Amino acid sequence: MDRTTTEWNISLNMRAALVALVLLVVGLGLWEGLNQVPTAGNTAEMTEYEKLMGGVEDTARVPPPSDVIERAWEELSNPFYDAGPNDKGIGIQLGYSLYRVLAGYLLAAAVAIPVGFLIGMSPLMYRALNPFIQVLKPISPLAWMPLALFIIRDSEASAIFVIFICSIWPMLINTAFGVAGVREDWVNVARTHELSPLKTAFQVILPAAAPTILTGMRISIGIAWLVIVAAEMLVGGTGIGYYVWNEWNNLDLTSVIFSILMIGVVGMLLDMCLASVSRLVTYEE
Amino acid sequence: MKDHNSLGNPFDHRQSLIHGSACDCHDCKATSGHDAASAEGHAHAHAHTAQAKTEQEALPDSESMLDRAVESALVRGIFGHSDMHRRQFMKLVGGGTAAAALASFLPMDAIKAAVKEDMGPLEKSKLNVGFVPITCATPIIMAHPMGFYERYGLDVSVIKTAGWAVARDKSLNREYDAAHMLTPMPLAMTMGAGSTPEPYIMPAVENINGQAIVLHNDHKDKRDPKQWKGFIFGVPFEYSMHNFLLRYYVAEHGLDPDQDIQIRVIPPPEMVANLRAGNIDGFLSPDPFNQRAVYERIGFIHLLTKEIWEGHPCCAFATSQAFATENPNTYGALLRSIIDATQYSSKQENRKEIAAAIAPTNYLNQPVTVIEQVLTGTYADGLGGVQQVPDRIDFDPFPWHSMAVWILTQMKRWGYIEGDVNYQQIAEQVYLASDARKVMKELGYDAPEAASRNYEIMGKTFDYTQPEAYVKSFAIGRG
Repeated sequence: MDRTTTEWNISLNMRAALVALVLLVVGLGLWEGLNQVPTAGNTAEMTEYEKLMGGVEDTARVPPPSDVIERAWEELSNPFYDAGPNDKGIGIQLGYSLYRVLAGYLLAAAVAIPVGFLIGMSPLMYRALNPFIQVLKPISPLAWMPLALFIIRDSEASAIFVIFICSIWPMLINTAFGVAGVREDWVNVARTHELSPLKTAFQVILPAAAPTILTGMRISIGIAWLVIVAAEMLVGGTGIGYYVWNEWNNLDLTSVIFSILMIGVVGMLLDMCLASVSRLVTYEE
Repeated sequence: MKDHNSLGNPFDHRQSLIHGSACDCHDCKATSGHDAASAEGHAHAHAHTAQAKTEQEALPDSESMLDRAVESALVRGIFGHSDMHRRQFMKLVGGGTAAAALASFLPMDAIKAAVKEDMGPLEKSKLNVGFVPITCATPIIMAHPMGFYERYGLDVSVIKTAGWAVARDKSLNREYDAAHMLTPMPLAMTMGAGSTPEPYIMPAVENINGQAIVLHNDHKDKRDPKQWKGFIFGVPFEYSMHNFLLRYYVAEHGLDPDQDIQIRVIPPPEMVANLRAGNIDGFLSPDPFNQRAVYERIGFIHLLTKEIWEGHPCCAFATSQAFATENPNTYGALLRSIIDATQYSSKQENRKEIAAAIAPTNYLNQPVTVIEQVLTGTYADGLGGVQQVPDRIDFDPFPWHSMAVWILTQMKRWGYIEGDVNYQQIAEQVYLASDARKVMKELGYDAPEAASRNYEIMGKTFDYTQPEAYVKSFAIGRG
């Protein structure tokens, strides 16, 4: 009787994958089943009014997964087409968004990490700058957009600025926190070995604070990817946010669902990249 | 392939003058042997560029290009822009005979010389023109796929804009050389209402009429505005004809638009979604969203705005004063292409073709049948009837000063501007009726001699010479 437990010897991962698959199939099945087109009458007998109304179907419905998959196939089989300034493939749109996110994010990292380091090393600066950070941190990145457009006078640069301003705070705070939290005795040991301040910073404090800094960077990239969609919906032009807006303008839910999935996939990939980097810098005490 | 040249010989019956060399309208796609799928658009454009190059070799210098453009414009004018009639005629009498006949009663050479002197070299030929994807922008948009910009030597990118505030900001940023705007916007921008003041000019109106009040299907029994107390309405922008017409309409029915109803600024696609969710009771918005609400079976068309004011202006073609002064020849060429496109759009027989040209993703991104119902005026009203209103939307470029004066009176009436307003002076400074008149005449269209006239709006006369008295004459208002 108690052998049954050993017969279920499949690994936990396998079982989890199986459950996930079952959930997916059930979920998609329900979604598909509940959103079927009501069987239309004889289309040949439509009145002029019905023709103008686009057929006899009378209530709008959520597009079923089969429609979304079909649209995804269409878009993904030709992701880099370019049919004018307002009609580009999903690959090009994602490329524009990634470019903006990375540009703003790297600029933010270039500012936030050194500044965070200084703040973390100096308790005076920590306390002096903290009120500013606390006020600026909770501002919704999109609230900056009108100001950015007015001052920078360039919509492309404004979008990058919005990414910059939203990704700077988690990195700054985490860097400062990580640096300030480096164990006192390690710094003291460095001091007794008469290491220069620069050497102390790079050889002792940076490795010790690296995991916290990386956590901040990981939070930032997530926020940046969240924000770019909204920013591009606002300024338009190119990018995945513009794609969503353009399809929304057409009230085309199938494409909107497809783009939501693409945003999710790309966001996950970005997070996975930073997760693997942060594994590189973790260490055992 | 030869017959897709916008600068085709107008005396040749085999050539079409309608389609430009980068045309991707349905007809051109079909004839050039490409699949109409958007995926093919890329290859298609390439084929056309290659072809455009060979055309340029055939017509090497800009002088002969201009000669050809003048001939085309004249011949098009004579045939009322009906390419079919022109082709039939040329076939009948022969191109050479027609050219000789035309030259005998028109001083062709003198006209060509005058045009060349007038236009001169273009300071800038690559332009960005912004548009908000609604049918009001039809002339600005269709001028691209149908080759009207090319005809005047311009390489214009028409760029879709997410909303009016962004269109304003991108124009102030000089990212757009010119843009589709709402008729009150250049006035507001010039006066600095809602933005930094910068002189803007509006040398052409895009469309007249073309808006509607749409109500949720639940309100089918509330056709009398007096029953609308507590309703929430959407309009696309504060400084819009939509806002002013809705306010005017409900106020004429005794409702105070600031107290008895709520007016919210909502982007049009969001209006349809909000109407579906029951968040708003109705909206006064640009097409195709009125028709889209009907098509989605959410609302019905309560009334077309032409019933409030027959021939009211709606959207505009606007640019900064600075752009026009710095690039006079480019400005001239752009205005010519816009006015030409607007006149072409106003012809009923072209509307179906235009609907097909502007419906794709790159332009309006809407179902063709919806656009067609808006442009042809044969539409389902959402109440089970099919209506025939050919001038549901119309296109007339002439920017009457009196239109600006009316808009200013409403801005004053509802407190958007305060103090003394120099109505006539602002109207003359922003609405460039004389520029439009000059170009319209040059292109062979009729243009009004006067720049102002009185209007009849819901049975009440608007006397443009007495704006201040008009503002005071309303029982409901802030001014």
